[in-house]
Amino acid sequence: MSSLVLTPVLVPLGTALLTAALVGQPRAQRLTALLGTGALLGCAGALLREVQRMGPVRTHLGAWPAPFGIELVADGLGAAMVLLMAIVGAVTLLFQQSCADPAPARPGLLPLFSVLLAGVGGTFVTGDLFNLYVWFEVLLLAALGLLALGGQVRQLDATLKYFVLNTLGTLLLLVGIGYLYAATGHLNFGALREAAGRGEAASWLPFLVVPLLAFLVKAGAFPLFAWLPASYHTLPGPLLALFAGLLTKVGVYAILRTLSDVFAASPRVIYECVGWLAVPTMIVGALGAAYHWDLRRILAFHVISQIGYLLLGVGLGTMAGASATVFYLGHNVLAKTNLVLIAAIVFRLGGSYDLRRCGGLYKARPLLAVMFLISAFAMVGAPPLSGFWAKLMLIRETLLLERGVWAAAALTTGFLTLYSMSKIWLEAFWKERPPRDESHGSEAGHALERPEGLGCAYAAVGILAGLTVALGLFPEPVVSFLDRSAGQLGVARVHPSPGFGGAP
Amino acid sequence: MLVVACAVGVSLTAGVYLTSSRDLLRCVIGISLIGVSANLAMFAAGRSTTASAPPVVLEGARQLPVDAANPLPQALVLTAIVISFALTCFSLVLALVLQQRTGISDADALRRSEPPPCPDGKPPLEGEC
Repeated sequence: MSSLVLTPVLVPLGTALLTAALVGQPRAQRLTALLGTGALLGCAGALLREVQRMGPVRTHLGAWPAPFGIELVADGLGAAMVLLMAIVGAVTLLFQQSCADPAPARPGLLPLFSVLLAGVGGTFVTGDLFNLYVWFEVLLLAALGLLALGGQVRQLDATLKYFVLNTLGTLLLLVGIGYLYAATGHLNFGALREAAGRGEAASWLPFLVVPLLAFLVKAGAFPLFAWLPASYHTLPGPLLALFAGLLTKVGVYAILRTLSDVFAASPRVIYECVGWLAVPTMIVGALGAAYHWDLRRILAFHVISQIGYLLLGVGLGTMAGASATVFYLGHNVLAKTNLVLIAAIVFRLGGSYDLRRCGGLYKARPLLAVMFLISAFAMVGAPPLSGFWAKLMLIRETLLLERGVWAAAALTTGFLTLYSMSKIWLEAFWKERPPRDESHGSEAGHALERPEGLGCAYAAVGILAGLTVALGLFPEPVVSFLDRSAGQLGVARVHPSPGFGGAP
Repeated sequence: MLVVACAVGVSLTAGVYLTSSRDLLRCVIGISLIGVSANLAMFAAGRSTTASAPPVVLEGARQLPVDAANPLPQALVLTAIVISFALTCFSLVLALVLQQRTGISDADALRRSEPPPCPDGKPPLEGEC
């Protein structure tokens, strides 16, 4: 069923059209969006099964053959990413139905939400560099719309900052694609892979750096991340979860696809650069989080620090490194999204995102505290949760390659993450609830007494926490699937791992 | 060829100059100028400026003439132009609305989303010290 590979794009786009047509009827619109993400989840599962059974699924639009026509491909990596996207999309939309800091129900919300998913899905299944650019633009436009939707001045300010840096990023990508096309004569990933393997690296390497730089902007790597902490925290809870869970990861996916698959024949120096960029990304992100007291800002800075881990995995430049990166990505998307959603519930119950105003939630909501602990410990990397295996695989590969400094930075960042997580735990859950400041006493201050309307929120958080625990307890099938997927990437032929294959 | 190269250079210079300005509207217009230079660079990648024949298969011939331009980058640029048009519209409206609602046109002074720290160095509590 090669048409399955179209579904990550077509299903959300169809949902976007339907929800746009139903603008006057909020109930029907909401139902359509929920059904649409449900269908996307089903299609993503079917796609993953198909890839597992038959190997990469591909289709050529208009039946033009590969190097000339537009190709859509889902290999193991792409299918896994599509499934992650569908999970995050469905869960955040479910959360949006609750009363925990939902996005304002503007008519444009659900269509933009679906277009964003279509953009993300498109980047994961495209087999063509120019279409990658187009999907990046689609998701940039949808993200800008979602950022500006609230209409408050601080949100518009955030949108402008997001716009300026991200647009410069996509323009870099466009120029880079033009150069790469001029140098190799191809845009199709398969054809580019062959051209890169055949030709002298010097003929395309200088041009590869330009799109890579663009992907680093999108991923929020050091020192190009300034747009992220300037904008993310102005988003309402479910949208922040969607952004934090998916958008920067799309940048990482693009870097992984370029460096570990299409241009795996790149000289080592370029992996080296990515690896060394990962070190300050991890540390600066974690330190920025340590400064802040606003839950959203803490979590936004942690997005950056987690991007550092992912870049580290790409920078290793081996097959096991790529597989560890994807596992880390999956774990991080689940845990991160959940932490943001929990923060939104904390806001609903405590009346503020600022930790100095929260407190007493452990006594009032022990279940929420448990959910937070699961995600926070997964984030830190405590066994037996998913983060432990992710960090184990990543750091083991780092040490096998004798990259002591990188491993030390990764472990240090783990401690800094623990600091932030314990800060949230102590302030929001453990300490006594501070006396309510009357000048700031909002209606949410009473929420502890009347907690109705949080059912969907708890369901969403519970699903993600369950997935995190499941991934921690049964990592084996996922790891073996990802190892097999990494075996299909270009990096497997160029730099097979010294550690996992046995031979150095 | 030289003309296109100069055009890329000039529009890029003008774009970077405007973008580094602190005025919001200038900054946004600068970005769209950088976009123009990116489009021109992409256009030049397809030999469109050195080729002498249009990318049309002539009557009776089975393939393009040897010195024909490559039509693909032209199609790509067209896509990019459409996208940048949408982005430019959006960003202009955004900059104008921000200026109207805050009365600030200086990018450095616009710190609504990231308020500066309190005098004691701590992060502000819900936007105020």
